[in-house]
Amino acid sequence: MVATPARAHFEPGKNEGDGDFKSELLALIPFLRAFARSLTGNQEGADDLAQETLVKAWQSRSTFIPGTNLKAWLFTILRNQFYSDRRRAWRQAPWDQEAAERIPGGGEDQVFSAQLSDTARALRVLSDEQREALILVGAGGFSYEDAAAICKCAVGTVKSRVARARKALMEILDGDDTLDGVSRPAEGDAAREIMAQLDRLAPPEAGDTGGKRRPK
Amino acid sequence: MSEEKPNEKSRAIRARQRAIGRELRRMYDDVAQEPVPEDFLDLLRRIDDAEDARPGKKVS
Repeated sequence: MVATPARAHFEPGKNEGDGDFKSELLALIPFLRAFARSLTGNQEGADDLAQETLVKAWQSRSTFIPGTNLKAWLFTILRNQFYSDRRRAWRQAPWDQEAAERIPGGGEDQVFSAQLSDTARALRVLSDEQREALILVGAGGFSYEDAAAICKCAVGTVKSRVARARKALMEILDGDDTLDGVSRPAEGDAAREIMAQLDRLAPPEAGDTGGKRRPK
Repeated sequence: MSEEKPNEKSRAIRARQRAIGRELRRMYDDVAQEPVPEDFLDLLRRIDDAEDARPGKKVS
């Protein structure tokens, strides 16, 4: 009586591994949450995204090739989901709402921003491509190759994105006098101003950040 | 000893980069080390019964 009609389309024998698959999913939830948090920048959105990912992964489990990197597979799903959710939100919401969310200090986000470390806030300033590459390689421990597979780009592209992300983060955190020492401006105002400037520089076109326009 | 020596600069930069890298990992690990919220566990349980279990539903 447990068998639901929806189950019928899975090949015989497939279900035997479902328990294993599920426990592997369970074990990887913490990393999905961490990656989602770094993409969205907020906890609630991140957890929604991670849950969507779990459901997608479960529905697609017959396409996962056992013995391959499940974590990378899940991260790929999560990343795809993130960009497709955002494209949808972009179409539905007036652009200035999301723009307001991206400006630190704007509206409710102000409280949230104040709780973030400088590094966390600086991370929000990076382009999507740089941020995800840096997180995957620099924090998630993925190889450049795996990160390239997750981001659907060339290995060399990931390498240069990571390098540029590191450089940009340092510049954002330390200001222009990076080279003169490792001190950094203490005032949040400086960082805020930089971020506001970058926001102005970056036109609101989140819609196509998923696939970079010019894959030279 | 000019403070603009390339070696000192690049050493300072590398040190700063390592510090930023540690901070990034710390942020990531902090989340990864949080206990998995109950609604995730609930989702995984429900997923057995309904293939189309919907995420995003706040399980209060």
